[in-house]
Amino acid sequence: MLAFLIKRTANAAFVMLAVALLAFTIFRFFGDPVEMMVNEQATQADRAELRERLGLNDGFITQYTRFVTNAVQGDFGISYRNQQDVMVLIGERFPATFELVLVATVISLVVGIPLGVITAVHRNSPLANALQLGSIVGVSLPSFVVGIMLILAFSVSLGWLPAFGRGETVDIGWWSTGLLTPSGRAALVLPAISLSTFQITLVMRLVRAEMLETLRTDYVKFARARGVPVGRVNWVHALRNCLMPVITLTGMQIGNLIAFALVTETVFQWPGMGLLFIQAVTFVDIPVMAAYLMLVSFIFVVLNTVVDVTYAWVDPRLRDDAAKAGGANG
Amino acid sequence: MADLSMTTETDTKTDTPPLPARRARLAAIRDSDLWYSFRTHPSAVFAACLLALVTLTALFAPWITPQDPYDLAALELWNSEIPPIWNEAGQWPYILGTDTQGRDILSAILYGSRISLIIGFASVIAALSVGLSLGLIAGYFGGWIDNVIMRLGDVLLSMPFILIAILITAVATASLPTGLKDILAAPILILAIAVPSWVQYARTVRASAMVERKKEYVQAARLIRVKPWRIMLHHILPNCLTPILVAATLNFGLAILSEATLSFLGVGMPPDQPSLGTLIRIGNQYLFSGLWWIVVFPAVQLCLIVLSVNMIGDWLRDALNPKLR
Repeated sequence: MLAFLIKRTANAAFVMLAVALLAFTIFRFFGDPVEMMVNEQATQADRAELRERLGLNDGFITQYTRFVTNAVQGDFGISYRNQQDVMVLIGERFPATFELVLVATVISLVVGIPLGVITAVHRNSPLANALQLGSIVGVSLPSFVVGIMLILAFSVSLGWLPAFGRGETVDIGWWSTGLLTPSGRAALVLPAISLSTFQITLVMRLVRAEMLETLRTDYVKFARARGVPVGRVNWVHALRNCLMPVITLTGMQIGNLIAFALVTETVFQWPGMGLLFIQAVTFVDIPVMAAYLMLVSFIFVVLNTVVDVTYAWVDPRLRDDAAKAGGANG
Repeated sequence: MADLSMTTETDTKTDTPPLPARRARLAAIRDSDLWYSFRTHPSAVFAACLLALVTLTALFAPWITPQDPYDLAALELWNSEIPPIWNEAGQWPYILGTDTQGRDILSAILYGSRISLIIGFASVIAALSVGLSLGLIAGYFGGWIDNVIMRLGDVLLSMPFILIAILITAVATASLPTGLKDILAAPILILAIAVPSWVQYARTVRASAMVERKKEYVQAARLIRVKPWRIMLHHILPNCLTPILVAATLNFGLAILSEATLSFLGVGMPPDQPSLGTLIRIGNQYLFSGLWWIVVFPAVQLCLIVLSVNMIGDWLRDALNPKLR
C-alpha cells in the first residue's frame, strides 16, 4: 500500500511539473514579460534593469526552477493588466466559483439520482424512455446555450431572476458568500442550473446503469420475497449499493466543473475565477493565465489521486495492477 | 465486428467493380446486422435524416440562401432587425428575420453550420490520424517510446479539455500577427480541439496493439520480414476499428460543441466568418433588446446538429456492442 501511495504521489508530482513547464513556457516565451510590465516612457536602461531583476537573463533551468519554487509558495507574480498580486486576484474570485460549483453539484445529485432510479426501475416504460431521450438531449445541449435560454425565459420574459452578477455578498473572514442574502441566492439559481445540466445527465446515466445491475442481484430478490415494500427495496436497499460510484464520479467531476464554470461565468457575468481567466486571455495577461492553469490542474490532479488512493485502500486488488486499471479507465 | 470490417472493405476498394459484384456488395450491406439494427431504431433513422438535411443545406448554402452573409455589399441597413416571417412585421425572403446589420439569419446559420461542421470533422480526422499512429507505435514497439507517448497523454488528460483548447487558441492568436490571425482561425481551432482528444484513440489502439503483437500471426508476419508499419496498418489496426468508430462519432459531436464554446467565448472564429458559436456570441449582446431571434435560431441549429450526432453515436455504440446483441 505504501509503495502504491508513493508511486501515485510521484506520478501526480510529475504531472504537475509538466503542467508547470507548460505554464512557464507560455509565460516566458509568448510576449516579452518586460515589454508587458514597463510603461511607454521607460528607457532602455530601465528595461535592462527590470530584465535583470526578474532574472530573465538566467538559464532556462534556473528560471524554471524559480518559477516552480515560487508557484509552490503561491507566488505567480503581478498581473500585467491591473498590477495586482495574481494570487490575491484569484483568492478574491475563488469563493464565487466554489459556491457556484458546490450548488451545481448538489443540484446534479438531488435531481440526477432520483431520475436514474426511476429510469432503471421502470425500464421500457414511456416515462423512462422519455427520460432516457431527455438525457441524450441534456448531453447535447451546450452549457452556454442552456444559460442563454434560461436568461431569455426567466430574466427577459418573466423577470423572475437576475441574469448577471452575484447579488449582495457577506464577508466571513476572507471568504465572501452570496448564500446568506436573498439577492445572492436569487442570482445563484440560473448559473447553477445551467452548470449542472450536463452533470445531471451524467449522474442519471450512471445511477441507471448501476441500478440495472443491482436489481438483478440475489439480495434484492430475497428482500422482495421477504415482503419488503417495493419502494423500500428500490430506494433504500438497492440505491445504497449504487452510491459509491456516484460519489467517485462527483469527486472527479468537480475539477471539470471548475474548469467548465468559466463558460457559465461568461454567460452570467459571474465574478468568479473563470471570468477572470477569460478576461486575462482577452488581454494576454499571462501571469493570471498561468496561475489559473496551475490551480485548476492542481485541483484536478489532487482529486484524481485521492480517488485512486482511496480505491486502492478499499480494494486491495487494485494495488497490484494499478497501472493496468489506470490505463483502461482513463 | 464482422459486419463492420465488411463495410469498411467495400469503402476502401473504390475502383468500380463489375456490376454483379457491386450488387452483391450492396446485398451484403442490406443483409448485415448493422443495417437491420439501423432500420429498427427510429431514433437512429431520425437522427441520420436530420444530420443529412443539415449537412446538405450547409454544403449547398450558396445556392439556396437568399443572401451571401459575408458580402457586405449585399447587406442593407434598412433591412435590419426584421423579425421572423410569422411575425406581423416579418418580410419575405427573411424567413428567420435579420440581425442588426441586415444580415439574413437563415443564410448566416447555413453558412455558419458549414464552418462548424468542417472544423468538427477536420479536428476528428486530425485527432484520429495522430492518435492512431502514436497508439500503434506505442503499443507495437513498447519500451521508452511507449513511455514518452503515454506520459504525454497522461499530462494532457490531467488538464480539463476546454482549458487546453482555450490555452492553445489564446497562445496562437497572441503570437500571430494581426493579418494572419483571422485567416488561420479555423486551423488553430482544429489544432486546439485535436490536441486534447487524440489521447483517447491512442489508448484504445495501444491496448489492442499490445495484445495483437504477441499473437502468432503477427510473429509469422515478422518472420517473413513484413515491414512493421505494414503489420501495424494491415494486421493490427483493423482489429480495433469498432471502438474507434464509436469514439470518433461521439467525439465529432464533442468537437462541434467545443468549437461553438470557444467561438462563444471569443477565442474562436472571428465575426466576419462566423461559425454557429460566433453567431450566438453576437446574438447574446442583444438578449435584452427583444431581438431574441438573432440568438435563438443559431442556438437551435447547434443543438440539433450535436443532438443528431450524439444519437447516432449512442445507437452505434449499442449496435456494435457484442454483449447487447
